[in-house]
Amino acid sequence: MSSEVTKSSSRLWRATGRTLTGLNPALESVLAGVVGLLAGALLMWIWGYDPWKAYMAMFRGAYGDSYGLASSAARGAPLILTALTFSICVRAGMFNIGAEGQLYMGAIAAVTIGYFTLPSGLHITAGIIFAMIAGAVWSLVPAILKLTRGVHEVISTIMFNWIARFLAFYMVAFILVDPMRGEKTISIPMNARFPILVRGTDLSYSLFAAVLFAIVIYFILWHTTMGYEVRASGFNPKAARYGGIKSKRTMLTSFILGGLAAGLAGATVVMGNPPTYAVISGLPQLMNVGFDGMAVAMVGRNHPIGIIIAALFFGGLTAGGRVMQFYGSNPVPLEMVRIVMGAIVLAMSIPELFRIFPAIKKQGTELFSLLRRLTSRVSHKEGSA
Amino acid sequence: MSWNDILSLLRISLHAMVPITLTAVGEIIGETAGLFNIGLEGALLLSAFAGAIGAEFGGPLFGLLVGMVVGAGLGLLFSVINTYWKGTQMITGIGINLFAVGIVAFGLIKLGAPGFHDVPKAAELAKLQTPIGAVSPMIFVALIVPFIAYWFLKRTRAGLILKAVGEAPEAADVAGININLVRLLATTFGGALAGLGGAYMSVCWIGSVTKDISAGRGFIALATVVFSGLNPLLALLGGFIFGFFQSLATWIKTLPSKPIPWQFVEMLPYIVTLLVVSGVIGRVRFPKALGKPYKRE
Repeated sequence: MSSEVTKSSSRLWRATGRTLTGLNPALESVLAGVVGLLAGALLMWIWGYDPWKAYMAMFRGAYGDSYGLASSAARGAPLILTALTFSICVRAGMFNIGAEGQLYMGAIAAVTIGYFTLPSGLHITAGIIFAMIAGAVWSLVPAILKLTRGVHEVISTIMFNWIARFLAFYMVAFILVDPMRGEKTISIPMNARFPILVRGTDLSYSLFAAVLFAIVIYFILWHTTMGYEVRASGFNPKAARYGGIKSKRTMLTSFILGGLAAGLAGATVVMGNPPTYAVISGLPQLMNVGFDGMAVAMVGRNHPIGIIIAALFFGGLTAGGRVMQFYGSNPVPLEMVRIVMGAIVLAMSIPELFRIFPAIKKQGTELFSLLRRLTSRVSHKEGSA
Repeated sequence: MSWNDILSLLRISLHAMVPITLTAVGEIIGETAGLFNIGLEGALLLSAFAGAIGAEFGGPLFGLLVGMVVGAGLGLLFSVINTYWKGTQMITGIGINLFAVGIVAFGLIKLGAPGFHDVPKAAELAKLQTPIGAVSPMIFVALIVPFIAYWFLKRTRAGLILKAVGEAPEAADVAGININLVRLLATTFGGALAGLGGAYMSVCWIGSVTKDISAGRGFIALATVVFSGLNPLLALLGGFIFGFFQSLATWIKTLPSKPIPWQFVEMLPYIVTLLVVSGVIGRVRFPKALGKPYKRE
């Protein structure tokens, strides 16, 4: 009987171990999040803030009530899409950091639907299609430069971000400008806005558009030949080419899919975000949504489902940060959130984050074996008794 | 266009050249050893901010030193993650850039005005009177550094070791070279050069710090590295070309007739960068082990 108990307990240990290894990627993301928050806390403490109070305010503001949750989800919706832009290209073995510029172009294109009228459903569809095409076109040029001239996509997409930024400035100031109010573009007409999902908050049906797109991307990447080819050429380019996959075509596919996602993100910001429903001069609602998406993509492990969860976390950071910056006598500025994001990305860039704490790991294994010995001894005693 | 216009165009070009050339030379040294650091944009930004604060505390030279230390610190962080911890270099670089944007925006708020901080005249480095007008002495540093780097890479034993580490880390390891340490030193030094360029922007040139003072210069420097094919002397030329187009943009903007909207003028340096990079690629050969972490078998 004694051996039976020992066997079952060791089987339990092994099963636990296996489950933990299976969850390893998710655990690493959580650990990176913790490291990032700790780094932020350290900086807040150095600058003379109370990190505990600030984080309490932040998380209560983000997840404490239904308003906070809705606000977090509203911030998260465009992040899901810009994260997909980055992830699709990472899956294909490239680093597309052009989501920012493609997002601007998508938003600008979506505004143009304000110049004509259509039935409600058609009007929203037109805005989405315009934005997605604009994003894809803006993404296509770096892809073609890479294919034909071998220009590294990091350089070309960053340059396109800057060009897009000034082009958007120009469009807002001169072409799409609201004749009544010079500091913004014309607004999206009532019937072309995403309807509000939760009354009294800024969460609209754009969240569904983002989640739906993520699921479509998941389906394409994991359940179609095209997606298989994209993933294969990212996983092992040589083997993929040997297997007859055209690397140029997969490269183009992933850039176009990414551009569509970023363009849609632009549409969700302009058409689904009260109260302005327009692009404001200086692009405050759009700035950094593309770059933050990269952090979301990494924490979401470049998987559409992981990205949805990570986007809720980062959306919560931003939504909670807005609460945090007005909380208490010594409020912490919103910019703290971006510092935390940077630290999280830095932590995510270390593979097997657990290994950088060898001492912790060693102690962990020692504790593990100690516990194991203890339980087996206890079970022995029970068995002999 | 008068003689004076041409002189001032040359002057602004030389000033705009400094951060790009210094950063590009730093990146060349890092890439020769095999690390591809796209976090130099963040290093430029953060050291511009830190350099301005340092200059207000202890004078302009101290400010430049602080900038170098901050840049070296970010380079060290990058290289520790990517040598000893086998990180993914692109993602580390992106992380450093995000982190720097956050810190600078946060720090500017702490200094008073969000988004903008003026460096007092007393904290700025004095300019030298030369035949082409008042120029910053840092221009001469930027003119000399590429030559020293060239000599170092082509003529010294240490330069050869750097090359070996980037081209054939296995062979270098067998020859008894500490790969990780060499890469760490190279990237830290590269970061320090970028930090000097960043501090130069706030302390010697622009005279203020903004949230986007680096304005993509770190990436333009990456483009310069591609253009130069890892030759520091060509990086000097590339830096001057990009500096020239930046100053051309500044010059067009100040024209009273306003021939082109300023938004399009501002695009000029980025468009030129794209054109130059897409023109030269193909003949450039990078180190074999660039971007790959070294693991012993």
